[in-house]
Amino acid sequence: MNGPAGLTWSLRDRGPADLPVLADRLTDGSEGSDGTGKGVRVCVVDSGIEPDHPLVGPLQGSWAVVKDPVTRELTVRPDTAGDTCGHGTACAGIIRRTAPDCELYSVRVLGERFTGTGDMLIAGLRWAVRQGFDVVNLSLSTTRTRFLEELHSIADDAFFARTAIVASAHNTPVESFPWRFSSVISVGSHQEDDPDLHLYNPEPPVEFFAPGQNVRVPWLGGTTIRTTGNSFATPYVAGLCARILSRRPRLTTFQLKSALYLTAANVQVPTTPTPEAPDDPQH
Amino acid sequence: MTLSTDPAVDPLARELLQSVVDVARAIFGAQAGSVCLLDETAGELVFQAVSGRGEESLVGRRFPAGQGIAGWVAASGEPMVVDDLDANRTFDRDFAESTAYVPNALMAAPLTHGSRVLGVLEVLDPAPQARASLPELDLLAMFARQAAAALRVIAERTPAPEPVPDRAAALGLLADLEELLRRQP
Repeated sequence: MNGPAGLTWSLRDRGPADLPVLADRLTDGSEGSDGTGKGVRVCVVDSGIEPDHPLVGPLQGSWAVVKDPVTRELTVRPDTAGDTCGHGTACAGIIRRTAPDCELYSVRVLGERFTGTGDMLIAGLRWAVRQGFDVVNLSLSTTRTRFLEELHSIADDAFFARTAIVASAHNTPVESFPWRFSSVISVGSHQEDDPDLHLYNPEPPVEFFAPGQNVRVPWLGGTTIRTTGNSFATPYVAGLCARILSRRPRLTTFQLKSALYLTAANVQVPTTPTPEAPDDPQH
Repeated sequence: MTLSTDPAVDPLARELLQSVVDVARAIFGAQAGSVCLLDETAGELVFQAVSGRGEESLVGRRFPAGQGIAGWVAASGEPMVVDDLDANRTFDRDFAESTAYVPNALMAAPLTHGSRVLGVLEVLDPAPQARASLPELDLLAMFARQAAAALRVIAERTPAPEPVPDRAAALGLLADLEELLRRQP
């Protein structure tokens, strides 16, 4: 996007030596196991986050998408209203539990007045991507196809700018977005009791499964509740992303997804290369 | 709410919604069930049918649609189940206390028409074995989908009321005006 002129469409008058890239190594599936999220900026786009909740800890910033009642123009403004529902606080708590040292930010796209998902969600997500957060947790989606193209564009911008959008699959079998896009990291629930288990789905579009059943989460008033749904599997994976990035901050979004893939409990990498796989129809 | 029938006055819609909440309550062994429909203009959810606790007093009551669990369900179009609510002030606690009933567990699912949310189906204090797991969330969402479909069928079969009084009044005014103009020299 902001690279030198001439690199965008094709490589002219420059060679490999002009394009040095310093990268972090992806190894054997241990990525993230020793990270704490330190230095990683995670933004929760949801119903807000309750400040000072003991299971959420410090918030580095809170904003809200606000609609002008006359012009209907959407702006993002600093916000002190906290959480209008509890859902965003729950997501934030799961991220904090998974990546205790990450920096947490909030953009409220729901609440105060009834709005429905759509333009508010897009405004908040676009804003978060432009701020350059490392990880954006989006436990929301929209079924409105008129937002499809714009959402797609935001998701692609995020992918190239190294902002990992971690997005919930819908809880019912309906088409919704942006979790369907390959440029985001999509998450659904599994039913296992292991709170640290994530799985790769060999049959996307949902790419990862994480704990989302009967999860204890922070809620309004400094309390906790138990709840269920893809909404709560997603922040676990967002937290994993923060852990991985705190140890390997140079990873691109596609490498980050590879790290999640390699660390998934159901992905087995043979210790010695397999010379051939005669039973595999692709060979 | 854009349904061409008002459950408050349409007997068939009222019967359907009452059946929905009665069956939802029975499926989940719950203390109460309710359907609220969205009044987009007012930004409020309106109780249209209640089964069990609150049955006598809640129908017709309104609350802001932008807040709380029902508000999140209406805004997101996603179902939600929560348990162990006892220890906190949410579920719009002030409102819940005004209804003389504060649940410990709650399940809520949207009633949708395409990408539009028509309202929210809630089940309060389901039996302990019916709480907070994925199959129950699926079941509630499926049941809400069926209820919303039935509501749409009723709405589509009920002709939109003709604005007879307004039209009659307008025609009357025109007739009067015509008469007045004729009388002018």
